[in-house]
Amino acid sequence: MSDHLIQRVASATPPRLARRIRGVSDRTIAWLFVTPTILLLLAVNIFPLIWTIRLSMTNFRTNRPNNPVEFVGLENYRKILSNPDTWASLQATAHFLISTIVLQVVLGFTLAYLINKKFRGNDLWTTLIVLPMMLSPAVVGNFWTFLYQPQIGLFNYFIEFLSGIDPASFSMIGDVSLAPWTIVLVDTWMWTPFVMLICLAGLRSIPPSIYEAAECDRASKWRQFWTITLPMALPFLMLAVLFRGIENFKMFDLVVQLTGGGPGATTQLTSIDLKREAFEKWRTGFASAYAVILFVTVFGLASIYVKALNKVKDR
Amino acid sequence: MSYSITEPSSRQKWFAGILVVGYALLTLLPLIWIIATGFKTPADAIAYPPKVIFTPSLEGYVNLFTSRSRVTPEDLAALGPPTTWYDAIVRQYDMVINGPSRYGERFMNSVIIGFGSTFLSVFLGTIAAYAFSRFKVPLKDDLLFFILSTRMMPPIAVAIPIFLMYRQLGLSDTHLGMILLYTAVNLSLSVWLLKGFIDEIPIEYEEAALIDGYTRFQAFYKVVLPQAATGIASTAIFCLIFSWNEYAFAVLLTSGEAQTAPPFIPTIIGSGGKDWPAVAAGATLFLMPIMIFTILLRKHLLRGITFGAVRK
Repeated sequence: MSDHLIQRVASATPPRLARRIRGVSDRTIAWLFVTPTILLLLAVNIFPLIWTIRLSMTNFRTNRPNNPVEFVGLENYRKILSNPDTWASLQATAHFLISTIVLQVVLGFTLAYLINKKFRGNDLWTTLIVLPMMLSPAVVGNFWTFLYQPQIGLFNYFIEFLSGIDPASFSMIGDVSLAPWTIVLVDTWMWTPFVMLICLAGLRSIPPSIYEAAECDRASKWRQFWTITLPMALPFLMLAVLFRGIENFKMFDLVVQLTGGGPGATTQLTSIDLKREAFEKWRTGFASAYAVILFVTVFGLASIYVKALNKVKDR
Repeated sequence: MSYSITEPSSRQKWFAGILVVGYALLTLLPLIWIIATGFKTPADAIAYPPKVIFTPSLEGYVNLFTSRSRVTPEDLAALGPPTTWYDAIVRQYDMVINGPSRYGERFMNSVIIGFGSTFLSVFLGTIAAYAFSRFKVPLKDDLLFFILSTRMMPPIAVAIPIFLMYRQLGLSDTHLGMILLYTAVNLSLSVWLLKGFIDEIPIEYEEAALIDGYTRFQAFYKVVLPQAATGIASTAIFCLIFSWNEYAFAVLLTSGEAQTAPPFIPTIIGSGGKDWPAVAAGATLFLMPIMIFTILLRKHLLRGITFGAVRK
């Protein structure tokens, strides 16, 4: 009844006023619609985050629930930052991050550039290239250990086919100097398509009229690439780097299945190190502090990066 | 088509095409190898040089779905001739089938948890996105950023308190617990993607409906939802793919009852070494739905990936 009245009044009043009148009952709907999402995120994200921060200042261990829980202040943080293992795994993560990003950006951009030549059937081949990134990293990573087997593995055979190196003479997973590159290779295989798709969106956003103008000015193709294509696709490229950076900082499933952090600790990325502390050694308080440090790091790096990205966009 | 000076020459197109197709074939090789290995016998799977041409066998699939035990030749002889074709395969190795393996259960868990969490995250995501898109929500930008920032947490970091919380609430290793967790993880993507799709629907449609006497709910249900249908569908596929593929939470928070396929498949072993054909068979069945989805729905999916990423 009153709703009907509001409608009638609303349709007779100027639009600005009408919107405000209707907005009154809309507010209830807005709250009704947003609240479940916010509540669920609070319960599954924010509440655990606060709990993690609290745990990080205690010596709590999940496997010894009866031990008295003591408040230790920032002791856990001090221990982590002075632990050489932490720095080793941060170093492994940095190697993994930088190598995968460089490789994926170069390959992804090149592929996008080629696909943008619009040859026949390019959309089907784009889809086929995208397939690896859609699949379960754990399941695929597990199968890659089979491809990497010395002697019988397809990868080692492929290398023999190309270079003649004895396929039984090297183990991509077992060798200390090869293992860090093994995980880089599989991650690049899996995620280059993602960078490619973002770059493709960037290349397609460049209006053809700019190239036409450049042609009229007799700018060489080479010059067009460096002064039009690359600068205009750069914000997209940087966005792709941001997403891959965040994802690979969190990397767990693929690498844990491939190498499990080994041999030694050569591929022990921070997530794997954290999992060991939290769910194998059960040092919950210590691991919580570790988690907080990682979260602050990724959040901080991402914020700085986004600021730089916005500068490039505004230019 | 009219001639344009910016259109690549046909020689350029050929060159680009050959390079892209070459890359595609190379990256598809591991996937083809998974499918092929599933149809090999264990001996063929580990042959050197790797066998490209082989007699297909269903041994991998039989081993995947059954649990078997070894018996002495005398016992085997006493059993009489095998009654089914899969019995026959198993008996070549002096084994008998004891019953089904756990693969079927794990696969069903993936289906239940995947579809359950997809439904929930798309439902909650749609209504939240509608509210963010159409109404004045206080602190809107902060809330949207908060929703996005939940994705930056490493899963292992979130898993510590969730593990403790779920133990207290009795949610660990349950379908409901995993559905709620995956829903929460997917919500950020779903709200952001759907807000983009709903933003594109002209607000005038609803205003017209409201003037015609529809209530807000009716306008949402009868005008906005049909318009957003493709957006909702592609968001659903993204959520489903995430839940289907997720490993970190699944391996830490489930062990029996609610364990999904990704933590289970790598643990498949045979008698005496890893049974790669069975692993490959399990992986094939698990990856195939996503591959088919991707190829069939490529237009929406590829748009969704760039759209979601570029908007964020």
